[in-house]
Amino acid sequence: MNVPHTTLTKKIFIALTGLFLSFFLIIHLAGNLQLLLPEQVAHTQFNSYSHLLSGNPVIKLVSYVLYIAIFYHAFDALMLTIGNWRANDGNYDKDARGEVSSWISRNMGILGSVIFLFLVIHFKDYWYIYKFGETAVDAKGNKDLYIIVIESFKQLWYVVLYVIAMVILGLHLWHGIRSAFTTLGLYHEKYIKLVRYISCLFTFIVSLGFAIIPIVIYLDSK
Amino acid sequence: MNINLSVWRQKDAGSKGAFERHSLEDLNKDMSFLEMLDVLNEKLIREGGLPVEFDSDCREGICGQCGIVINGRANGHLEGTTACQMYMRHFKNGECITVEPFKVAAFPVIRDLKIDRSALDRIIQAGGYISVHTGSVPDANAIMISKDDVESAFDSASCIGCGTCVATCKNSSAALFTGAKISHLAKLPQGKVEAQERVVNMVEQMDKDGFGSCTNTEACEAECPQNISVVNIARMNWEYNKALLLR
Repeated sequence: MNVPHTTLTKKIFIALTGLFLSFFLIIHLAGNLQLLLPEQVAHTQFNSYSHLLSGNPVIKLVSYVLYIAIFYHAFDALMLTIGNWRANDGNYDKDARGEVSSWISRNMGILGSVIFLFLVIHFKDYWYIYKFGETAVDAKGNKDLYIIVIESFKQLWYVVLYVIAMVILGLHLWHGIRSAFTTLGLYHEKYIKLVRYISCLFTFIVSLGFAIIPIVIYLDSK
Repeated sequence: MNINLSVWRQKDAGSKGAFERHSLEDLNKDMSFLEMLDVLNEKLIREGGLPVEFDSDCREGICGQCGIVINGRANGHLEGTTACQMYMRHFKNGECITVEPFKVAAFPVIRDLKIDRSALDRIIQAGGYISVHTGSVPDANAIMISKDDVESAFDSASCIGCGTCVATCKNSSAALFTGAKISHLAKLPQGKVEAQERVVNMVEQMDKDGFGSCTNTEACEAECPQNISVVNIARMNWEYNKALLLR
């Protein structure tokens, strides 16, 4: 297969990596929802789950694919954005073009950059501490990630930051998923409504699902 | 009615342009926007100045020549119209109206509001045709085509190549134009023969001419004078992906 190097092929890779990352979010969410189980069960189960993931070579391989996907998604989007700036011949003195499109669709780069920043904080607070930090162990001898997560969600400012990040993630997904379907050409007259419905439902479930966890934990701790 | 006009003046693609202010009085509210520009030009000529250059041809919304940016919107604030279909009654008495050319790197300014849209022609030349041996006119019903396909292909073919989609796109992408031209032929049996070669060549030409990439803001569909749907962009992507895998 001869893959030409066009903006459209770049977009296809952005769409495919985006959908892959979206799929990962479901797995991540399923894992996180264990935090809402009764405390005793959640404590051991979440830690065993984290231990299982961190020790599994297949998961390790998937995680590398995931890192590559994140960087590729961001890098390709940045390259296309630079190309798009060049395609414009200066700014309009009076620019009202925004009246015919949504703010979200025009600012995916800003939303994506915020999500990237959040990911850095997210990795530092959990992944880095779990991998390289001093962590206690639970009754089963697994590293106690549960306590680290619960403690972080007892701080109001952290919960607020997390929820805002999930709203931004939701906005990115809302446009991103249906945009990915269009880029892959899977946007037929017959299925437009279905694609829009699926992307809205997915966005709603994922962003609300992630956001509800810190809120419940924070309220429980009060 | 009276209006204040802030109009873009530029000698050629190489020069730097600037706005020029003019006041026009006693305009008929039922005159078209382009007729108002005619009035301005008559005034300028009488005063010994140079008229504002702008494109126009049919002045009935079907030729696609008159694209300009009026108050920050491609072809004005009405959706689904060309600039010539904007009338002075769509503006307020005493309003200050800003008129600019399409600011797209692939459409260099020729003079004032007049731009060179031949980049769109080059996309067509790259594949927006079918190759046939010319001869006598074929029988109209020699190739059977379903009514739905005919209608759908005609909807795509109704693109007038005005470049409004490019001008209203924050990325200056020509995806709607190219998508419409590709879809129009892809839906018909005559176009299917060269479909894969066509889509690859036209997409490559779109990049070569320096158009941006589509981020699916769908502003093009909202502003298109012919109401061409963004489904045409998805169709182009579908055809392109198919060509990548099968060609």
